[in-house]
Amino acid sequence: MSSMTGYDEVRIAELLRLLPPAPLGWVRAAQELPAARIEIAGLVARAEADAGFRARVIADLESALEAEGIEATPSVVAALRSRLESD
Amino acid sequence: MTDAELVARCRTGEDQAWNELVERFSRYVYAIATQAFRLSPSDAEDVFQEVFARVYEHLDRLRNDDAVRPWIAQLTRRLCIDRLRSAGREGPVGDEELEIAEVDESLARLDEAMTVRAGLEAVGENCREVLDRFFCRDESYRVIGEALDLPAGTIASRISRCLSKLKAELEGRSEPVRPS
Repeated sequence: MSSMTGYDEVRIAELLRLLPPAPLGWVRAAQELPAARIEIAGLVARAEADAGFRARVIADLESALEAEGIEATPSVVAALRSRLESD
Repeated sequence: MTDAELVARCRTGEDQAWNELVERFSRYVYAIATQAFRLSPSDAEDVFQEVFARVYEHLDRLRNDDAVRPWIAQLTRRLCIDRLRSAGREGPVGDEELEIAEVDESLARLDEAMTVRAGLEAVGENCREVLDRFFCRDESYRVIGEALDLPAGTIASRISRCLSKLKAELEGRSEPVRPS
């Protein structure tokens, strides 16, 4: 296990270069997850109450979202998948 | 604000804290997916969103709030591997073992990079901005000078000064670099 002590400026600069910003759109989408969670709450509630519907949703998350009028962005799909897996 | 304090604020449902958490770890998750695992932009985006969806969903299950960084690293690693497996891109066993060693090495470097990045928080806004623009965003002296309203000729010396300040800050920390 190493310590930061002894790192020179060159090494620090190399390490800084390893972390460029993620695409802004990805970051914004992830930041909007709390809002997306509210948006998909109705769909999740129906899936919890109806096993058949839940199976159809899990089989095709994108189509299920589109059918509810919710845009199936990667962040929304990921939020829905995570909600269904945790229930 | 420490990682633990940020996690605690996220648990209260504070939107601004969630925004900060995503901002703080977005580069880390992005780098793990694109550098350590070399995922395509499309796969990396899916993993990126999946990681933050799971973090949001399971933040209550985190036992040690100080461990949010290794937890996110582990989660990202697992989802990247799942993505590669589902795409059927695994190589023969020997190659796979070699790749895992490379990945682990890359993850350790990225963890060190996060430690350095955390040090940026302590060097002041001016230094943070100029170092981030030059090293992380790969901006030229001219672009930085225009953005910060500084003569381009002063940028090099400012970068050098800020690097020394960051080095002193990192040397002043007794916390060792944590492995992923």
